[in-house]
Amino acid sequence: MGRFLLRRLASSVVVLFTVSVLTFLIFEVIPNGNPALRLAGRTATPGNIAAVEKAYGFDKPVYVQYLRTMEQVFTGKIVSYAQNLNVVSQLRQDLPVTASLVLGAAALWIVMGIALGLIAGLHAGGKIDTGITVLNFVGISAPSFVIGYVLIYLFSFKLHVFPSSGYVGLSDPLAWADHLIMPWFSLAVLYTGIYAQVLRATVVDVLHEDHVRTARAKGLTRRRVLVHHVLRTSLIPIVSLSGLDIAAVLGGSAIIIEVVFNLPGIGNYASQSIGALDVPPVLVITMFGAFAVVLFSTITDVIYALLDPRIRVARSA
Amino acid sequence: MTSLLDVEHLRVSFRTEEGVVQAVDDVSFSLRQGEVLAIVGESGSGKSVTAMTIMGLTRSPNASFSGSAMLGDLDLVTASERQLEGVRGGRVAMVFQDPMTALNPVQRVGDQIVEQIRAHERVSKRAAHARALDLLDRVGIPQPKERASSYPHEFSGGMRQRVMIAMALSCSPEILIADEPTTALDVTTQAQILAEIETLQQETGVGVLLITHDLGVVAEVADRVVVMYSGRVVEQGSLPEIFYDPLHPYTWGLLGSVPRLDKARPSRLPTIPGSPPSALHPPGGCHFGPRCPWRFDACSAVPELKADDPEAADHLCRCWLRLGVARERRVVEGTIGLPAPEAVAGTATS
Repeated sequence: MGRFLLRRLASSVVVLFTVSVLTFLIFEVIPNGNPALRLAGRTATPGNIAAVEKAYGFDKPVYVQYLRTMEQVFTGKIVSYAQNLNVVSQLRQDLPVTASLVLGAAALWIVMGIALGLIAGLHAGGKIDTGITVLNFVGISAPSFVIGYVLIYLFSFKLHVFPSSGYVGLSDPLAWADHLIMPWFSLAVLYTGIYAQVLRATVVDVLHEDHVRTARAKGLTRRRVLVHHVLRTSLIPIVSLSGLDIAAVLGGSAIIIEVVFNLPGIGNYASQSIGALDVPPVLVITMFGAFAVVLFSTITDVIYALLDPRIRVARSA
Repeated sequence: MTSLLDVEHLRVSFRTEEGVVQAVDDVSFSLRQGEVLAIVGESGSGKSVTAMTIMGLTRSPNASFSGSAMLGDLDLVTASERQLEGVRGGRVAMVFQDPMTALNPVQRVGDQIVEQIRAHERVSKRAAHARALDLLDRVGIPQPKERASSYPHEFSGGMRQRVMIAMALSCSPEILIADEPTTALDVTTQAQILAEIETLQQETGVGVLLITHDLGVVAEVADRVVVMYSGRVVEQGSLPEIFYDPLHPYTWGLLGSVPRLDKARPSRLPTIPGSPPSALHPPGGCHFGPRCPWRFDACSAVPELKADDPEAADHLCRCWLRLGVARERRVVEGTIGLPAPEAVAGTATS
């Protein structure tokens, strides 16, 4: 296990390096990517711009700029060009919002996906199965922002049940959940549909496996057969999916939902920074997203090995 | 001898996309205390469906049943799911064909045995675990303490089958159903597992229902034999009766197909010509008729399963051939077998 984690750590260094170089280079090639144009103000003369370039080091070769930026990132001193605020402290301030959104939504979609998938799998071919499958495909096809706006229209403007935007910290758990319930749901619908379909297919397969027949032949109750023998083995693909999906949502889909519900999270910060072509926050957020992917895929692999002993052997061999 | 299990006129059919499949068609037999009863037949003869139906494992919305399978006062065909849960693994235990897939891959083998014990008896985890170790030791697994915490993939096929047997015996069942328990194993392991089943059978007095297609296995361990063909019992009797006085042409064919070491090697292995009938469209009358070189007019009606020899009341046969004729015709070149169909053309009358 130790060697495995060490290997993962090494690979995360490679991933972070690659992602940061690519992100940095994007701003070199896009038109008007030069941050000095914006820093110097709207009525800047070429002289002003040159002065800004000199002050910020934009006149230096790209690799020097890259190394200097990386140094600032890892010492926590990196400052955004647009607002002149420390990016790391901004990120630290936004992280609880995004974490609340993503982890809450993930819990929701994992529970709903497993429940729907299991029910559909057990009734495969029947009316309940067909109903759940149709529902899943509606969920998979509907873009999350559409679901978000529909929810806001229905539950905020028409029924006045939930607030349409904003975030309240965990110190007030009820208000926290009240503000997040619609964002959670909007984010979870797509993944619920996918997980339910994947689990349904796995359950249908596992139900016909010999070891499930053995479990029944042992005289176990139907519930015990389902939970300890069918569900336990069926969960393995769900685990590997959820690790990567949570990471992907942290680094991507959360942006849209945070904008729709005006949540002051990392996604909103990213959206604003991209709009302002503000290199430092975009760079740090991208690296954060990449790190999240590496982190969650490592966690996934550990849980995976706990669930399936055959993988443990393959790894130690 | 008291009988443990009485199967009477059991019929099992399944609705499929193409039509109704009559998998088991009027099967009757009884399993007596302390005996090994072998059900032989080729693939699709309904022997496994019979066994699984006794365990209540064939129930599905597409299956329909008639007849009975009495375990004491309880009819396993109509028993409630809850009653069956008590029977499965408790009074009737089962060992399956493929030990590579029959155990849960993500559960320690010790825990799998403990789970079964605790499903039937109110004992502590510790006590159940101690019993599991004892069972593993008894079926010949070395270092049971260490092995109990291993996973199935860390065992060989033979060892897994020993685990299955240990698990099956964990609640001292009255009946052990072994569905092709040695088919997936190599020959030396087969012999060990058979010897193990025989020893345990003698030690515990459990009645064994052995499902197999291997006459070598039958000769090795069975006390009585039921021969099935296309969903029906065609012959039933004691081991010597079936091997030395077989009365049904299908049994002759089976016996004649066993390669013999004591005879010159034939250029081709003897087989029964033709193939088993489709379960969707079985022939009318005797199911073996289309493949039987001795068929005649009467065979268009289904013969009854009855004792032909008044001196052997338990030797039952489902064939229209009269006893004397059958005993004459089964001899082909000095041994029991079926002649080639063209060799008997014209002589086939009762």
